[in-house]
Amino acid sequence: MTAADLRLAANASNARGSVDMTHGAGGRAMADLIRDVFHKHLANDYLAQGNDGALLGSVSGRLVMAADSHVISPLFFPGGDIGALSVHGTVNDVAMMGARPLWLSASFIIEEGFPLADLERIVVSMALAARQAGVPVVTGDTKVVEKGKGDGVFISTTGVGVLSEATDIGGGNARPGDAIIVSGTMGDHGIAILSKREHLDFETEILSDTQPLNDLVAAMLAAVPGIRVLRDPTRGGLSATLNEIAHQSKVGMVIRETAVPVNPEVAAACELLGLDPLNVANEGKLIAICGADDAATLLAAMRSHPKGLDAALIGEVVADEHALVTMRTRLGGMRVVDWIAGEQLPRIC
Amino acid sequence: MKYVDEYRDRDLARTVAAAIAAEADPDRSYHFMEFCGGHTHAIFRYGVQDLMPENVHFVHGPGCPVCVLPVARLDDAVELAERYGVILCTYGDMMRVPGTKQRSLIRAKADGADVRMVYSTADALRIARENPDRQVVFFAIGFETTTPPTAVALKTAEAEKLGNFSVFCNHVLTPSAISHILESPEVRDLGIVKIDGFLGPSHVSSVIGSQPYEFFAEEFQKPVVIAGFEPLDVMQSVLMLIRQVNDGRCEVENEYTRVVTEEGNVKAQTLVSEVFELRKSFDWRGLGTVPYSALRIRDRFAKFDAEKQFELSVKASREVKSCECPSILRGVKKPTDCKLFGTVCTPQSPVGSCMVSSEGACAAYWTYGRFRDQQPSKLEAAE
Ligand code: SF4
Repeated sequence: MTAADLRLAANASNARGSVDMTHGAGGRAMADLIRDVFHKHLANDYLAQGNDGALLGSVSGRLVMAADSHVISPLFFPGGDIGALSVHGTVNDVAMMGARPLWLSASFIIEEGFPLADLERIVVSMALAARQAGVPVVTGDTKVVEKGKGDGVFISTTGVGVLSEATDIGGGNARPGDAIIVSGTMGDHGIAILSKREHLDFETEILSDTQPLNDLVAAMLAAVPGIRVLRDPTRGGLSATLNEIAHQSKVGMVIRETAVPVNPEVAAACELLGLDPLNVANEGKLIAICGADDAATLLAAMRSHPKGLDAALIGEVVADEHALVTMRTRLGGMRVVDWIAGEQLPRIC
Repeated sequence: MKYVDEYRDRDLARTVAAAIAAEADPDRSYHFMEFCGGHTHAIFRYGVQDLMPENVHFVHGPGCPVCVLPVARLDDAVELAERYGVILCTYGDMMRVPGTKQRSLIRAKADGADVRMVYSTADALRIARENPDRQVVFFAIGFETTTPPTAVALKTAEAEKLGNFSVFCNHVLTPSAISHILESPEVRDLGIVKIDGFLGPSHVSSVIGSQPYEFFAEEFQKPVVIAGFEPLDVMQSVLMLIRQVNDGRCEVENEYTRVVTEEGNVKAQTLVSEVFELRKSFDWRGLGTVPYSALRIRDRFAKFDAEKQFELSVKASREVKSCECPSILRGVKKPTDCKLFGTVCTPQSPVGSCMVSSEGACAAYWTYGRFRDQQPSKLEAAE
């Protein structure tokens, strides 16, 4: 989403007042809310059916389904908001299976007293994100909870996509010798969020990287149909995701610190806050693992796509029964790259 | 990144490593204690040990404020939150440290206590201003570096006449703890802990200066190098220590001249002494009772002293028996000597404080270094 789009989303709303319990009670107020906010902005033929569910029609190929719930503070952050994030998160989860995302559902849990203008701004941003990704929101649900029983807005989205018979992508497919590639700089989303956290004394111009990756994935699969693993390093960042894959595939990994792209401002903020950029969340980046012979082709395909300009080969998969992820540090030593314990950044998403 | 990357430069690291290898006498071994957890963290995070010759060893010391806070004080904090219903503000790591019966502030929070993580004392003051009908207690921990901000908070509270703010003071002093370690029988008589010199914490010295270490460099005949926290700082300091050992010198040297001076930050020292005074003794987790090793709030600020405002009843607290934190903090044992290490006790479910803080030796071993024991061959494989 560009800055101009964001402004559009911000200005689109002229709703007044706030959500109250009647908005979730099934009566007129709720019908109005659905019509004036949700249907108005998300409009498509499926929603227009007006039924409790959406009739989707038939597809050929295997189906993929992914669900994601979004609880985030703050709801609006540099480079995005919960609306866009809830679309991107689920579109990307479907895409990381190598599938083409087709439809989304969205459920809102709204806290009593939440400003209608903010709600509308979120829905507008969601609509824009869905349009950009080419994946319509075809059905939804709204519930209102009493004041104090929610945190503004929670959004749950589910995505359905279709997968070709030939594609076999999964966290258990990595093999010793494979190349590990990332699509761009690490940690932007987490730092963007953190920079807006209450009273943290640092300022950056970092925008969240939240974006849909289905088009990038399509380009990558066209270039290298045999990609073995795709995953987006969201919560827990690169380190958590590499560890997950290493455990699923029962392999080790060795990465090089100097090869991992990190935006200098993110690096500086991490330094200040005592964080490791490898542990910081991303919302618009992916990790790909492919055979060593395919690495150059895949990298080239990624770098010729606008969402993969900074793609980099960061390391290799190795045989290791302990499934350890290790890193050659910029100093020249070795260390383990571990899952973070507990929460490094309190509740990022 | 200017002023940071220079201190992580690989070529420079190689040069310093070569100098260390050339100057370290192969017929002797060198054991240097890094007092501060920040150094422990840097050593592991950047794999500094890989660049050292075999006969140069790091001994991890007690310099992590979270690790050295005795369980009783932590139990007190839990009591403040639970029994008195205050808003208890604390720095992040402190939330997860298990107290008696593994009870931590994070557990108390889950059970309904109002515990809030803050990034600075200013946050705690703000929370007090925003909640005039609630008592707000700032759970203050840390060495000389975190003390001045606490002093500022107390003075601000006094100036603003904040009636609902107090500080639970647990600030401790570095030099007394180092002397205590050197006095211990393990070091003095038995030689179980071999220490040939110290890496002194640079941020502490940016406040107190390098001068406070001169006494025990002389008294205990141990060289001290005040070392910055970047990996190259650590390596350069090791080289300086090796030279001192080789020459038979026992001096306080300053590697971190870009910040530290002999007398330190006099303004901060004045501020601290205006607000705090020495405690006759203080219990340290791992070191036991150390005389004159901590600060308490002066009477003038009694209204803002949680210890005087609340009656804290916790006296008998218990640590898990098999946890080796006390020995680890004194450098007597290594994390891997603990039976619970990596099995029952991991950063996800820490048993002792050394596993909680990212500066704790157990956490650093587990997070960054455990492959050293699991797969000694991996290093070569990765070359
Ligand atoms: S491994 Fe855990 S139980 Fe053992 S000494 Fe370290 S912190 Fe204590």
